[in-house]
Amino acid sequence: MADQTRVGGSREPRHFWRMLTVWAVLSAIVDPIFYFLAGPHMPPGTMTTTAAGAQFDFNVLFIIALPVILAVWIYFIYAVRTWRASKGGPDPVVGPNSRGNLPIQVAWIGLTSAIVMGLFVFGTYELIVPAGAGGGEGPVALWTPSSHHILPVQVIAQQWKFTYRYPTFGGMETDELVLPADTTIAFHVTSLDVIHDFWAYQLGVKADANPGSDDIAYATTTNQTGQFTVRCDELCGIWHGAMYNYGHVMTKSGFYSWAQNTESMLASNTKLLPPFAYTYTPDANGADGGYYPDSADPYSKVEVYGAKQTS
Amino acid sequence: MLGAPKRSSEPANGGGSQVSRSGRAAIVLGLAGVALALVIFTVMAFLRSNPPTVDFASGHQAGQPVNMTIQTVGSIGFGPHPTWVSYLTKEPDGQWSHTTLWDLPAHTKVNVTIDEYDSGSPLRNQQIGRVTGTDGGSVVVNGQTKSVINSNAGNGVAHTFSVPALGINVPLYGVNGSAKNFCNSAPCDTSEAHNVITFSFTTPGVGQYHWQCFVPCGLGFLYGNGGPMQTIGYMGGFLKVVD
Repeated sequence: MADQTRVGGSREPRHFWRMLTVWAVLSAIVDPIFYFLAGPHMPPGTMTTTAAGAQFDFNVLFIIALPVILAVWIYFIYAVRTWRASKGGPDPVVGPNSRGNLPIQVAWIGLTSAIVMGLFVFGTYELIVPAGAGGGEGPVALWTPSSHHILPVQVIAQQWKFTYRYPTFGGMETDELVLPADTTIAFHVTSLDVIHDFWAYQLGVKADANPGSDDIAYATTTNQTGQFTVRCDELCGIWHGAMYNYGHVMTKSGFYSWAQNTESMLASNTKLLPPFAYTYTPDANGADGGYYPDSADPYSKVEVYGAKQTS
Repeated sequence: MLGAPKRSSEPANGGGSQVSRSGRAAIVLGLAGVALALVIFTVMAFLRSNPPTVDFASGHQAGQPVNMTIQTVGSIGFGPHPTWVSYLTKEPDGQWSHTTLWDLPAHTKVNVTIDEYDSGSPLRNQQIGRVTGTDGGSVVVNGQTKSVINSNAGNGVAHTFSVPALGINVPLYGVNGSAKNFCNSAPCDTSEAHNVITFSFTTPGVGQYHWQCFVPCGLGFLYGNGGPMQTIGYMGGFLKVVD
């Protein structure tokens, strides 16, 4: 038989080809099953192109990792079944074969190194280039979107809640984050007190909220509407666990209707807010000030809040 | 050789009564057990040292509202932190209790009266000067209906009563800090300077809902958010909504 070779007077199966065949068949079955059944449900979903990019990255990693896992498992199971010691039988293999197989070792190390290095390059590229997944945050964003129609939304963190300011809708500040579909959003993330972290995981957006800093994260919503969760992802005090709320992606028409109604509803309070600024100066010594100009405040290094005051 | 070993239960050196090896082991183990129990008791007592829960649910008649009166004070005046700001709750029997934990019946209207005795200031974020989540989206402050409290005017805002999970936010207008009859320790009396804020809300289904003050009023702590702001019984608590 082609599957056997003569060793020491007895026919020895071609173990490598057996394992390779089983591995190839199983990989050809498992990978498509994963991609088509589990892939579309992998986090963080497809609510933004950034999230969709992250989902694609996870799927690529899984599709490459699954055959590696299968190779290890198949070898392990095959070895246990084929070369195990049995009562009354011959001793397990000894001699040169038990000390290693240089071609196999070189092939294994080379192949796995190539996979890891390839995924490193792929992951680094994916982090920064396609949709800014992971590269679009910080005071100076590494990645900026090409769209010229960007909706700015300021995320203001404070112990222990998030609020959201819409500078293009009169500077209104809301308790809920509502976004239009099919739109590029620029999240300007800042804090009024300690360090928080804005994490809208279904949007694929996560950015630190530092006092006095304007961390920018971009995301482009897809046409998928629905609810998403916003959580603080930086341990920020005893009620950190309660610092979450929910946002919604609406149709464009629904969003503009909501925004206009909300702007009107909040007008009486919006006029009491300071002009929109990208950062605010919190007061380190108590309840008052900071958010408003306070030259008498020894903890405020600047008399106006925000380095990029809008005209 | 020194001969046959002496049994541990035999007297040694011909002296008085001696404790056997097993006896000594039992004593050591017993003492260690007592010490461990004391440590566990102390830790558990610390972890479970919540203030009492005021029960507004027992005996509540379906369809009837719950009436709850609470007060805010600039300094509690007693206990381990006499200088801390705090809330207090009036028990059904009329006694003031230093607690922020309440049992409330589900799906029930709650009429809240807050006697606010603390001075106010401009808010760090005026966004929380807006009333939300109450019946009608408003509160009544000293007889006047308000949906927004301008913290930059008058006495500013002293505290808020906020339940984020229920969307409730009620800013509490402050009193004049230099008023002659300013209350300096709790429980305060209505003869002292105060504002009366009333509003209503409806409890949701069964669950525990965290509430807190959003004014960083923990003076002396970083950004004003430590101390009483992070301690149950002072500036935060739970609505325990029950069947």
